Amino acid sequence: MPMRRLSAHCRSDSRNCVVVMQPFSYLRPTTQNDAFAALKLEPAAAVIAGGTDLLDLMKLGVTAPSQLIDINGLPLAGIELTGQSVMIGALAHMSDVAHDARIVKGFPVLSQALLASASGQLRNVATVGGNLMQRTRCPYFRDNTFPCNKRNPGSGCSAIDGFNRGSAILGTSSKCIAVHPSDMAVALVALSADVVLASRSGTRRVAVEDFYLLPGDTPQNETVLEPGELIVAVEVPASPEAKRSVYLKVRDRASFEFALVSVAAAVKMKGSIITSARFAVGGVAPRPWRTLGAETVLAGKPANVKNFAAAAAAALAGATTSRLNAFKVTLAQNAIKRALALATGVAGP
Amino acid sequence: MQPDIMTTRLRTIMAHSQSFYTQSVSLRVNGSATKLNVDTRVTLLDALRNELGLTGTKKGCDHGQCGACTVLLNGRRIKSCMTLAVMHDGQSVTTVEGLGQDKRLRKLQAAFVKHDAFQCGFCTPGQLMSAAGLLNEVEKPTADQIRELMSGNICRCGAYPHIVAAILETVS
Repeated sequence: MPMRRLSAHCRSDSRNCVVVMQPFSYLRPTTQNDAFAALKLEPAAAVIAGGTDLLDLMKLGVTAPSQLIDINGLPLAGIELTGQSVMIGALAHMSDVAHDARIVKGFPVLSQALLASASGQLRNVATVGGNLMQRTRCPYFRDNTFPCNKRNPGSGCSAIDGFNRGSAILGTSSKCIAVHPSDMAVALVALSADVVLASRSGTRRVAVEDFYLLPGDTPQNETVLEPGELIVAVEVPASPEAKRSVYLKVRDRASFEFALVSVAAAVKMKGSIITSARFAVGGVAPRPWRTLGAETVLAGKPANVKNFAAAAAAALAGATTSRLNAFKVTLAQNAIKRALALATGVAGP
Repeated sequence: MQPDIMTTRLRTIMAHSQSFYTQSVSLRVNGSATKLNVDTRVTLLDALRNELGLTGTKKGCDHGQCGACTVLLNGRRIKSCMTLAVMHDGQSVTTVEGLGQDKRLRKLQAAFVKHDAFQCGFCTPGQLMSAAGLLNEVEKPTADQIRELMSGNICRCGAYPHIVAAILETVS
């Protein structure tokens, strides 16, 4: 097949158009067991669902799987509400979850986070499982011409002394300061959701927060997903906090942009007293950043700006900034204060 | 276990492919059934343009950012550059060629003409398909909702106010 028939990433100069997706075989299993078998046979395979991030990375030459295992034939797109929780299949589309009346009513933060993500066309294709597995938007990770410890372990981190305006300020290491880009995951962490993983040896659950690894010395390892394992669902416990929840996203433009900072906040109130509060911060760390200590600051306290500020300060304790992203500390604190004001109904900053 | 696994894998590949990297895919495009043999790497966008000659769907960024390649897949708007043709066996695609004809424009297309909702026109097929998909998602969108829900379609000429006006007219 002539190269011109394939998607290529040409940058501005078509004469230097060299990056073309590497050949791969394609499988579409219709049962989970077939999918597990395929994963075992082809360790360099990648699972594809919506493909909105994976295909982008393949076009960029950042990843080159030998095989794509298309799991869209598996029956994993359902959304089921029981009394205690909602079970969202890994293949549920972002738009379907966001517009599901039960999610809008019982878990507004989740619906809001999804609708603040990507664009209408992408939300119709991108899935819950794929959203959890999307890779960082760090420009150096997505550009093969720069060193990046996540893409090429040991090559160095270009962001630490480079354009790090979007980089992380919490949970970083000297090897990597990349941010996890998902909005949905921030909402899920604030809601204490679990991700359900399946493999040939059975299923297991991991809290979404624990699903992600901090970079440490091995930023190439991003999740606890084992080889041969698939994300099959996300389970979100129902709670009064989940019902009274909001998502606040701060970004460089009003729509179709990743967060500079975002906050998912969920509260339970008795009169004007916060009986319990949970919040997670996005755009600041390699995973949604939730600090239990910052939440206990609010427990049993009146909902007011002073207490919100104390919680915000506790959440950002230990932040380490780079040359261009020091603004994120203040921005995140202000976003936390505003999100808590919105969730509690207090006139806030 | 190993022989079983091989059977599963080979069965799936052999059923659909001439070689490891080529597969056949049946699509219904603008109402017509069509069967293609494509390299697994071919995006839905490239299949529409290069294999089927439907060049109304445009290739802008090829990275899911500009929206010029928007089509309807089973009635829902998607970016055809960010999905592979082989993933859509048995599915139905509507491109701008299927939206209306020269002499019988859709209401939406007529509204774009009336409101001068374009300048160079490159993004227009994507804008139209995105708007058509949007109108399936929200019955009576407000101007603010239209601006938000059309954010996946970039117009370098800056025809946004006219695009919003055109879409608004079709719901008023």
